[in-house]
Amino acid sequence: MRAWFAWTIAIALVVASASPVAALTVYVSNEKDNSISVIDADKMEVTATIPVGQRPRGIILSKDETKLFICTSDDDHIEVLDLASLQTIGTLPSGPDPELFILHPSGNPLYVANEDDNLITVVDVEQGSVIAEIPVGVEPEGMGLSPDGKVLVNTSETTNMAHFIDTESYEITANVLVDSRPRFAVFTSDGKQVWVTSEIGGTVSVIDAASREIVQKIAFEIPGVRAEAIQPVGAQVTKDGKLAFVALGPANRVAVVDAQSFEVKKYLLVGQRVWQLAFSPDEKLLFSTNGVSNDISVIDVEKLKVIKSIAVGRFPWGIVTKD
Amino acid sequence: MLHRGGAWYSICCMAVALLIGPPESGWSEELATVRIAYLSQVVELPPKLSNLELPPEDEGLQGGRLAIKDNNTTGSFMKQSFELHHVSVPAKGDVVAAFRGLLAEGFRFVILNVPASRLVELADLPESDGVLLFNAGAPDDSLRNEDCRANLLHVRPSRAMLADALAQYLMTKKWDEWFLVIGPRERDRLYGEAVRRAATRFGAKIVAEKTWDFGPDARRTAQSEVPVFTQGIDYDVLVVADEIGEFGEYLAYRTWEPRPVVGTQGLTPTSWHRTHERWGAAQLQSRFFKATGRRMTPLDYGVWAPIRSIGEAATRTRSTDFATMLAYIKGPEFELAGFKGQKLTFRAWNGQLRQPVLLVSPTALVSVSPQQGYLHQRSHLDTLGYDEPESKCRLN
Repeated sequence: MRAWFAWTIAIALVVASASPVAALTVYVSNEKDNSISVIDADKMEVTATIPVGQRPRGIILSKDETKLFICTSDDDHIEVLDLASLQTIGTLPSGPDPELFILHPSGNPLYVANEDDNLITVVDVEQGSVIAEIPVGVEPEGMGLSPDGKVLVNTSETTNMAHFIDTESYEITANVLVDSRPRFAVFTSDGKQVWVTSEIGGTVSVIDAASREIVQKIAFEIPGVRAEAIQPVGAQVTKDGKLAFVALGPANRVAVVDAQSFEVKKYLLVGQRVWQLAFSPDEKLLFSTNGVSNDISVIDVEKLKVIKSIAVGRFPWGIVTKD
Repeated sequence: MLHRGGAWYSICCMAVALLIGPPESGWSEELATVRIAYLSQVVELPPKLSNLELPPEDEGLQGGRLAIKDNNTTGSFMKQSFELHHVSVPAKGDVVAAFRGLLAEGFRFVILNVPASRLVELADLPESDGVLLFNAGAPDDSLRNEDCRANLLHVRPSRAMLADALAQYLMTKKWDEWFLVIGPRERDRLYGEAVRRAATRFGAKIVAEKTWDFGPDARRTAQSEVPVFTQGIDYDVLVVADEIGEFGEYLAYRTWEPRPVVGTQGLTPTSWHRTHERWGAAQLQSRFFKATGRRMTPLDYGVWAPIRSIGEAATRTRSTDFATMLAYIKGPEFELAGFKGQKLTFRAWNGQLRQPVLLVSPTALVSVSPQQGYLHQRSHLDTLGYDEPESKCRLN
């Protein structure tokens, strides 16, 4: 009996060490270094820097999390990075100047914002082909997708609209005018709201996804920081819909917003020109890319404290995490 | 006749357009159109030293065309469309008659690239009541002070704004002893005046001031003339005022002491430059280059910005009614995303567009003013140019 018990423990230990404990990995695109930084988030250090194509900006994981899609904007295509070998294994068409994209919840297709051509390109990631092109406003950038994948929201920076697009017909069903230079759109996990940041307007518009009306406009005020320097870019809302985080650009802060009352609870001081945000899969940590100080900040979501900054390449832009 | 030239062709098309008629007919019922005019006068430049880079013939106009294109993309979602009509008057042509012609055709938004004295004359015409004029080219401070007009907005930074932007940067470098060299023209004198004002404002000292009077084209004589001209003066930087580029380019590397050249040549303050790529400007630059095959100039930006302002007004008010749009542009809600890192607005007291100023060398962006630490109770952009208390203009 005793021997049997010891054996069980021994086997359990072997099994545990054979299948590696899920390690949190963070991937960051460095716009001006043409590289991807790979960060071991348990050790909080960069473990690899992978050269990629020109001007990498938006990055996203494939559904099975074995590949990273990279908008290499100045190469006018998407690079596919194999995450096991850390080798580029191919490219996907994207239309010119891909900046930011979003993947359908089923894993295919990919919706790409082509900043220079006022287009959304719909790309089949299996076939490596373009399925459709959707004309939108000037300088499309932000891309949000409803959790059921039926509604795509694209923001156009110079037209100042959030375009609601039906992903089956590729028709624009609504255009919601928001404040100047909308950069980013994200659906709440219940699909009921879309949060759109306006960089020059300095606000976040919370849009009701059903009525397509702006239900709340969130403004920010930081003592000692010029109003013009408050420039919202990236935003993320927790899955339980309780907290939202908004990157405020050259204000060098991430705003913490109560996503129910829309009140700003706190400003967290991060690196310079904070840009995009990503949660760890368990939402215990939040990472921000800081474009000018060339680092990322790590935020403890429960304590609402910045716990670490990690130096990466020049102009860190896009960021994703994986267990 | 049609083959002879563009003029007949455009008259022809205008006639056709008139025949097709007013917007109430056919498809245009749904599409409300805003018509914008751009009136420019050809400037005859005297022979100058730097004849290497002649200004493009379509300078200004192409900025306008790009803005119209951007407006129309947005307009397609708003059932609004925008048209640009350009009239170029020869150097000795009759600007007033051309302007009157545009107003008679019903244009109420007119962008102007004409000399300062003409601007005032046009703004003061009886028929200019109830139109909105945008000054795209003239940097004269008088237009933002004693000669300001309620129906005239200024997109181009004034000389005072440019000089202040430069001065702030020189002060952050602690280069505060300036040797001012002024060219022979009236506009050089005005630039020099702005530099002197900036020195007083920001605490620099003009240790010497000289007028360049060696005449035009010193290309082959500068090497012997400039060292003597700059000898025996103790200074940090040489500030040159030579707006049309007759001699300024030839000062650098030839001064007696090894000193940087700044001002209209060397390190130059400007509203726009081909090397500017921050804050999304890379996108605007690339759209412009794709459309025209050349780089965007300050004048292109000067025509682009008002047309985008008009577009913004139409989008935000969801209207193409002139009075509604005018009220928005002049109101507190107006903001333009002008690829300069923060919203651009018009100063209520003199109609000047607030904007950051770029400091550039020919192939590099050196800095952007206002510099850090120059504070203002309203907007740090108001540290550049004539601020409300010192302005002789009171439109608000």
